[in-house]
Amino acid sequence: MLFTSYGFIAFLALVFLAYYLVPKRWQWGLLLAASYAFYCFAGWECLIFILVTTLSAYGIARAMGYAAAKEEAYLALHREEMEKDARKKYRAAEKKKRFRILLAGLVLNFGVLAVLKYTGFVVFNLNSWFSFGENGLAIPDLLLPMGISFYTFQTMGYLIDVYRGKTTVEKNPARLALFVSFFPQLVQGPISRHSDLASQLYTPHSFDRRGFTFGVQRILWGYFKKLVIADRVLIAMRTLLDEPEQYRGAYVALLILLYSIQIYADFTGGIDITIGVAEALGIRLTENFERPFSSRSTKEYWRRWHITMGTWFTDYVFYPVSVCKPMMKLSKWSRKTLGNNVGKRVPVYLATVLTWFLTGLWHGAGWNFIVWGLLNCLVILISQELEPIYARFHGRFPRLTSSWGYGKFMAIRTFLLMGLIRSLDCYRDVGTTFRLWGSMVTTWNWGELGEGIFSLGLNAVDFLIVLGGCGVVAIVSSLSAKRSVRERLYDRPVLSWTLCGVLFLTILLLGAYGIGYDASQFIYNQF
Amino acid sequence: MERLLAILSDLHPDVDFATAEDLVDDGILDSLDIVTLVTEINGEFDVTIPAEEIVPENFNSAAALMALIEKLDEE
Repeated sequence: MLFTSYGFIAFLALVFLAYYLVPKRWQWGLLLAASYAFYCFAGWECLIFILVTTLSAYGIARAMGYAAAKEEAYLALHREEMEKDARKKYRAAEKKKRFRILLAGLVLNFGVLAVLKYTGFVVFNLNSWFSFGENGLAIPDLLLPMGISFYTFQTMGYLIDVYRGKTTVEKNPARLALFVSFFPQLVQGPISRHSDLASQLYTPHSFDRRGFTFGVQRILWGYFKKLVIADRVLIAMRTLLDEPEQYRGAYVALLILLYSIQIYADFTGGIDITIGVAEALGIRLTENFERPFSSRSTKEYWRRWHITMGTWFTDYVFYPVSVCKPMMKLSKWSRKTLGNNVGKRVPVYLATVLTWFLTGLWHGAGWNFIVWGLLNCLVILISQELEPIYARFHGRFPRLTSSWGYGKFMAIRTFLLMGLIRSLDCYRDVGTTFRLWGSMVTTWNWGELGEGIFSLGLNAVDFLIVLGGCGVVAIVSSLSAKRSVRERLYDRPVLSWTLCGVLFLTILLLGAYGIGYDASQFIYNQF
Repeated sequence: MERLLAILSDLHPDVDFATAEDLVDDGILDSLDIVTLVTEINGEFDVTIPAEEIVPENFNSAAALMALIEKLDEE
């Protein structure tokens, strides 16, 4: 069920109504039923996968919880008679046992994800590398359950947090099932932490007019971004990507700009709807964006874009890999062999490359996604190496580098660089992408763009709507930096409701629903 | 504490680590800095900082970091 379908709006209205009418102790049960009903709309056959994840996570977490309680009880009983070293050894041995239990859960769940998502990609590459031709292995047509990347990552985060003692073990399997399947965030995140979300899901919520109003306003805002901006830009994107070799040079630059607008409006719009739905239910989800296009560097951009995915990879991949025993040994060895300066970079850089490789792979089973991840990594590592030069430059020209103009220059530079790398998403084929990037230098057709831009399926009015929409989004985003616009307007109800009415009418009148138009999937649904 | 401050200053000579209290929250230390720091501390203090202890609260100030090192040494 698409967020942009009438069915979803009706479903949402029913859930809101029932949620605040049923006795409060039934609320979480109602949310669980709603989440599974929402999931069933994607097909009954997908249920088995989310059930396997839920039940395995339940069993694994309980087993780790039991082992940890046993360890603490033993230490409490024998603390006096145990030396410090003996305590350390005992703790280490017990931790190893718990790690084995955790590993079983991770292998099972990431294994299911890997088989369903990447088998086709592996088989395709094997056929291609070994030139099997007609004798090649058949590419299996496997089912990819809705939201599997998101709910698997969220649930595995829970297991790792239980192992680390950062969250409580859920003793009721139905409650854990709700944490895994909470419907607003099931298809495109944000990827929540159990310690942040779980208690909110199970706590009874009374109807709060302010929270509910804010939630509905945020949902409207999400629909505005998605239907008025993203889906309108999508029409031009489809033309540009239908036969990409026809649209070279300046059109590639245009595509980079349009895709940046589309993915921002689509993904942040979807997250606005998600967070808005949760807010209307009295549940606060973690924000996934923090004005990413105002970032001055790639590192900053990745702290502000898809935040929950970034922190997931940092906490559960980058740090553990960087500080694991083999890496520490490698660090010592490389310092001895390569010198302190180069040697100390080895573990950090290896872990960074691995993290970005996996981040690319998470986005999709394709070389374009892997190259996308590795290019981001390359830019981050080069920036890291250039930092002393930047620092010297900043020290030499303090007035220039602290000026408004220099800040904007840095933000535009980051926006363009990220846009360029992001276009690997669009062309899907790495060779084509590189060729078309090159055409921006070799094919000088900027003069054609003036007329050609209107042959992409959008007329002047459409472009004006996109431009105006982007302007409104930029103003709201800028105003929200200190305090959200909804809060600013809450004490001025007439203005607030007038603006909501205008927003609603804008979505109805200017949403991209022309003849033959089909409300599209959110881009991140496919990840 | 001096040894820790020396390691920190080596990483960012322009920061006054003795007084700074929001090193991670203010973006002074990023993930790459933190891993470099952990590697240095593991070597200098003979403790092992596990991944689960790499949270902003433990790295926001030199004092918090020192408290973590002492806790790990005690355990």
